[in-house]
Amino acid sequence: MQRIIAFATRRTLFWLAIAFFVFVCAFPFYWMVITSFKENSDLYNVANVPFWFTEPPTLEHFRYLFEQTLFGRWLLNSAIIGVCVTTITLLAAVPGGYSLARMTGRSGEALGIGVFLTYLVPPSLLFLPLSRIVANLGLQNSMWSLVLVYPTFTIPFCTWLMMGFFKAMPIEIEEAAIVDGCSLFGAFVRMTIPLSLPAILTVVIFTFTLTLQEFVYALTFVSSSAQKPVTLGVVTDLIRGDVFYWGELMAGALIASVPVGIAYNLFLDRFISGITGGAVK
Amino acid sequence: MVSIAEPIAKPASPFRFLLDRREVLNAVLISPAILYVFLLVGLPFLLAIYYSVSAYTLYDPTWRFVGIQNFLDVLKNPVFLRTLGNTFLFTFASNFLGLVMGKFGAFLLLQPFRGRRIVRALVILPWAVPIALATIAWEWIFDSLYSVINWTLIALGIVTRADAPNWLGSPGLAMLCIIIINAWRFFPFAIVIFLAGITAVPQDVIDAATVDGAGFWRRNYQIIVPMILPIVAIGLIFGIVFTFTDLSIVFLLTNGGPAGATSVLGFEGFQVGIASGDVAHGAAISLFMLPVLLVVVIGMLRFIRRREI
Repeated sequence: MQRIIAFATRRTLFWLAIAFFVFVCAFPFYWMVITSFKENSDLYNVANVPFWFTEPPTLEHFRYLFEQTLFGRWLLNSAIIGVCVTTITLLAAVPGGYSLARMTGRSGEALGIGVFLTYLVPPSLLFLPLSRIVANLGLQNSMWSLVLVYPTFTIPFCTWLMMGFFKAMPIEIEEAAIVDGCSLFGAFVRMTIPLSLPAILTVVIFTFTLTLQEFVYALTFVSSSAQKPVTLGVVTDLIRGDVFYWGELMAGALIASVPVGIAYNLFLDRFISGITGGAVK
Repeated sequence: MVSIAEPIAKPASPFRFLLDRREVLNAVLISPAILYVFLLVGLPFLLAIYYSVSAYTLYDPTWRFVGIQNFLDVLKNPVFLRTLGNTFLFTFASNFLGLVMGKFGAFLLLQPFRGRRIVRALVILPWAVPIALATIAWEWIFDSLYSVINWTLIALGIVTRADAPNWLGSPGLAMLCIIIINAWRFFPFAIVIFLAGITAVPQDVIDAATVDGAGFWRRNYQIIVPMILPIVAIGLIFGIVFTFTDLSIVFLLTNGGPAGATSVLGFEGFQVGIASGDVAHGAAISLFMLPVLLVVVIGMLRFIRRREI
């Protein structure tokens, strides 16, 4: 009997702890959903229970977002920036990661750590000089400045990821291709790249999410509304002076967060194996 | 004519032979990445150092050299010293909190139970979602008038509406808020790192320890934790570096206020360098991050390397 009670207590505590974690993590997102579907009169009435709808839900905030603000434009900007940055990143990071993975000896190891360290050079150290460089190139206030600058963190990060993936791939595959008449470069293009498509897809997804998550450079370089990426547009343009458009803010945040959340969850395992694969062989 | 059967001789390009040598190919393949990083990370970094010893402002773009004058100006400013203290408090408190919650969360997620995948998917959200958007949601949760936390506290009869806490309006609470948000953002990453580390510990090591009489706590803190330390160190490098240099949470949530109580280095550098246009002093403020970052990164890397050998 005592053992049953002990067991039941343990299970209850366990589920309580799980519930606590889920609540802490998911509540702000639940809050986005609830707020974005509520009537303003419901939202700004402290007598109502805030956790659920007192008045029927509405799509008013979403309509306002798409019709009265540049939200659609911001989504498009983010998509363009994401595609361009991903292309640049792939062109540099796939060959770079391969090269680092196949380098032998101390120089390869040192270069690998060097790449890792550049990823750690923070935007808050670089945004001042970069803002001057961007201004001198005539890209100030344009989303193309972000296309230029975002690869500075996506390339090191993705080179590191690709290095992890390539290290896990047996070199014998390439050697077999070379024996069969491929050149060294041909073996890389015709054997290694097709075999690493899942890894490349992971890099594509994570480059895209990194560009969506970035905030500091966008804040520094872009100030005209029509050029903003979605993350910046939502948090700066939906606040007019002291007035917060909470319904629209939460609706915009929700739309921009959902794809990132899904992408992360689908590719998390590959991401982990890549990031730690480079670190602990 | 027999020329029909004759194979067309391929013109042998000299580059082909070069590309067939491993060292040359490696150098060629890595060069785009190195070049990009050199031009847009290396050069700006040197430029930042130069700005910090010049009198450069947006309105007077001069290259006049002033030595360490900017750094001395910055150090003389009491606001800056407070900012420095805030940055340390913010970084260490939120990383510590994140790490503790991460360890605990990883321990929970290691148990097999129904719905584990869904729980993991929800738990990972704070780290995945753009922090600027999550911060806005938190700002709404901490709102001075419509805070859901205050509503709950009032409904439970713990406080009255008159003396409900003004989360972002009082110095201590505002600091607590940014620490909580950053820990909230960081701990799913810590969970993931811990999980990756723990699942890499060979089961036979744990079994052997169990046979030798090691209990739960012993297995945990004398076997598993020491074995996963290198991987945790990598996670901690990320956590500390990105927290120490963060400015988006503070910029969006408190704007450094109330009265500079939550101002951190990255934010102060932005305010001085971009908002006020005093590039030289802004660069000097940002460069104060560098020694700390170097100490953290070098210390961790040495630690990892020592353990690997």
